[in-house]
Amino acid sequence: MDADSLLLSLELASGSGQGLSPDRRASLLTSLMLVKRDYRYDRVLFWGRILGLVADYYIAQGLSEDQLAPRKTLYSLNCTEWSLLPPATEEMVAQSSVVKGRFMGDPSYEYEHTELQKVNEGDKVFEEEIVIDKAVAIIPRGALFKTPFGPTHVNRTFEGLSLSEAKKLSSYFHFREPVELKNKTLLEKADLDPSLDFMDSLEHDIPKGSWSIQMERGNALVVLRSLLWPGLTFYHAPRTKHYGYIYVGTGEKNMDLPFML
Amino acid sequence: MGDLPPYPERPPQQPPDRRTSQASQRQYSRDQVQPLAADPEEGQQIAPDAQRNAPGWSQRGSLSQQESLLMPRAFQAEEARIGSMEYPSMNTGFPLEFQPQPYSDESRIQAAEVTTSLMQRLQQGQSSLFQQLDSTFPEPPVNPLDPFNLYQTDQFSEGAQHGPYIRDDPALQFSPSELGFPHYSAEVPEPEPLELAVQNAKAYLLQTSISCDLSLYEHLVNLLTKILNQRPEDPLSVLESLNRTTQWEWFHPKLDTLRDEPEMQPTYEMAEKQKALFTRSGGGAEGEQEMEEEVGETPVPNIMETAFYFEQAGVGLSSDESFRIFLAMKQLAEQQPIHTCRFWGKILGMNRSYLVAEVEFREGEEEAEEEEVEEMTEGGEVMEAHGEEEGEEDEEKTVDIIPKPVWKPPPVIPKEESRSGANKYLYFVCNEPGLPWTRLPHVTPAQIVNARKIKKFFTGYLDAPVVSYPPFPGNEANYLRAQIARISAATQVSPLGFYQFSEEEGDEEEEGGAGRDSYEENPDFEGIPVLELVDSMANWVHHTQHILPQGRCTWVNPLQKTEEEEDLGEEEEKADEGPEEVEQEVGPPLLTPLSEDAEIMHLAPWTTRLSCSLCPQYSVAVVRSNLWPGAYAYASGKKFENIYIGWGHKYSPENFNPALPAPIQQEYPSGPEIMEMSDPTVEEEQALKAAQEQALGATEEEEEGEEEEEGEETDD
Repeated sequence: MDADSLLLSLELASGSGQGLSPDRRASLLTSLMLVKRDYRYDRVLFWGRILGLVADYYIAQGLSEDQLAPRKTLYSLNCTEWSLLPPATEEMVAQSSVVKGRFMGDPSYEYEHTELQKVNEGDKVFEEEIVIDKAVAIIPRGALFKTPFGPTHVNRTFEGLSLSEAKKLSSYFHFREPVELKNKTLLEKADLDPSLDFMDSLEHDIPKGSWSIQMERGNALVVLRSLLWPGLTFYHAPRTKHYGYIYVGTGEKNMDLPFML
Repeated sequence: MGDLPPYPERPPQQPPDRRTSQASQRQYSRDQVQPLAADPEEGQQIAPDAQRNAPGWSQRGSLSQQESLLMPRAFQAEEARIGSMEYPSMNTGFPLEFQPQPYSDESRIQAAEVTTSLMQRLQQGQSSLFQQLDSTFPEPPVNPLDPFNLYQTDQFSEGAQHGPYIRDDPALQFSPSELGFPHYSAEVPEPEPLELAVQNAKAYLLQTSISCDLSLYEHLVNLLTKILNQRPEDPLSVLESLNRTTQWEWFHPKLDTLRDEPEMQPTYEMAEKQKALFTRSGGGAEGEQEMEEEVGETPVPNIMETAFYFEQAGVGLSSDESFRIFLAMKQLAEQQPIHTCRFWGKILGMNRSYLVAEVEFREGEEEAEEEEVEEMTEGGEVMEAHGEEEGEEDEEKTVDIIPKPVWKPPPVIPKEESRSGANKYLYFVCNEPGLPWTRLPHVTPAQIVNARKIKKFFTGYLDAPVVSYPPFPGNEANYLRAQIARISAATQVSPLGFYQFSEEEGDEEEEGGAGRDSYEENPDFEGIPVLELVDSMANWVHHTQHILPQGRCTWVNPLQKTEEEEDLGEEEEKADEGPEEVEQEVGPPLLTPLSEDAEIMHLAPWTTRLSCSLCPQYSVAVVRSNLWPGAYAYASGKKFENIYIGWGHKYSPENFNPALPAPIQQEYPSGPEIMEMSDPTVEEEQALKAAQEQALGATEEEEEGEEEEEGEETDD
């Protein structure tokens, strides 16, 4: 969720039950402002909170002009001091995906893996965050548009999805570089608008049914929750510009999803 | 016309001092170079047929009048001046005017040809043209610019060939205006290639878009009207948004002021229902009296206060949602005879979520429904008994006794009474505040046992079936109730000392070692300092009974038979009474501290936090369950509360392993009695028959032989 509209966003995303306490909110507002100034980001998003056993990690992302460029990730333990998470290599990604279990809350904690490799918790946090972000960060259709020169911009005239569109999974896209777009047939591509439809839509996510769409507040708010990564909540008030997502959870994938549907 | 000339930039009626908007509009048309290919064909199809052109002309005529209305007089005067300037120059050396054209002289020659042909045609068709023009479009409003328009239509040619397209070049000083050259001249001037180009440009703009009936021309007209009416500051920067708005408005005209939009209907309905929550019962006339009555006690707790404390912990729904829940529970309290109630929490589902209220009825209120349920089950049992008896009779009659199955269904463990054990409280659910509350049925041990084996998401509909293996005995309402029971048993905690055992407890032995199952509030509870609550888990205790593996809180020996069963099944069961002893199941007693909870692998089952580390003196101690993610409890001073907001599933570090299907049942042991043999084939049967007949025939022949002999003898 955008740091600029943090309070409203938290209010709208509170249907999942987890949010932030007032003191955290207050410290976030100030610290994210400073982060934006110091790192010269165009937009700062508060990504969410990973619950650990001892302490929680608060994660924020910084975006540059081009919305689809790789985002910088920052973490904090107390919402006031933010540190950049180091960029990860492929090996680290592979290693941390093997180590399962809950996060401790201490970035210097070392996980022991049977192959005598130690995985730093800080890396693991980063990997999880990247993985989750790639999997479930969502944007409604029309919120970003792509110019012919390449960069993607925020669409200032985005007025929100209509009610009927908001209930369909096809109106939401993954907020990342498209993976499946090129696999579409020409016939499907003919219906797409290249300035708006340049990301993967949620319709074709596997397993099917891993998203739950609900209307809350008497149809005034549409909430998408991921069943594969429980804790990810996306909200959007139809016909308005407000949308955003937040992740509050343990950072673990729900591997039992096929049994649960 | 072999060449495809590039599209002419002919933005309508813009004087040169509005160059900037011209430039932006140029951009519009530049982007649409593609449809150009259609144009030459269109041009060629416009055969010299006055009738077909007439509608086009008329449209142009009416629109040109629209434009004339748009343009303030000053501009027109300016254009007139410009037009008049260019006009003579056009007359004389018009080929020179077309300098920026990139294409060859060929087109100029064509233009010359065109003009001559136009002249001729004009004189021929002028009168007919006027007639058609008059008939096809409605009477234009009288305005002083009429002469200009008519003049313009004079000059319009029904040219089959579209003339050269003039590229718009800011270097050129003239601005082509749709009003043409409002130059009053008695003579009939030569139709200009410039005008032709203008007309063709306009025709292009007027073509309607594929997906709708709107043409670019009309859209631009609307857009500019809007801009001129509203006069926004810095219109260039808001041009895109104005563009979109205009388009949107065209397709969504506000026609109906009386009817609501169909899309918003469910939203409005929901809002109506929620509004009903806010109205006080009894009307406003008895305001004062009601005030006095209402200040009295209600069974509904102070949900706002609880929500506030949980918010400090970062848990819970937003404050307005909490208030709505409070009102909904108040409504529930008015509808049902409630003694105490509590907001238990929210269980998320795939399509809808559940808000759960934990309720305790007043004494004696809920028995009516219980009796109905019991009658149903008893009726069922009686039916089964009859069935068995009949079966026995049939068996005795038949000669072949069907072997009786050895398998007996495991005895059904009776569910707990209301107000005890897992059924201590009643639960009501609703999907959103404002919707009616539905009561959940009591939970049976079989349901709890099965709920432990499966893991399914809730859909949000209470009557949805739960498709699983092992098959769950019930629908989603039962599954929900079972999960609520499990969560309550595992995560309802309170600070040590808040509850104490009442002093009237009997001996533990009398109750079969099941432990005490009732507690009461401790009036002397002083509250534990928050820091101590956070430090040690021993300061928190469970105040709900643990559910045994059997599915109940108090153990019941399943082999003990009730009297009814003994009467029915004496004969059958005597043989089966083997030494089946079942061990009594024991669970941790009530009010066990949390430090005794089992660990999940090597994770602590609970996590404690201070709500705010910056101001510990005012913070609240928060306990979070790691076993049931979403279960929270807070304590501060003498207050505490539990809540659950989550998906309703237990956490397990390993993946879910579904129960395997049961092993294949054994077939009946095959012995010589039931050994299967193949039926004899037809040949064998015939052979056997033949052999039998032979044998028979042999004996008969002997007999006949004897008889014949005897017969012969007698005959003689």
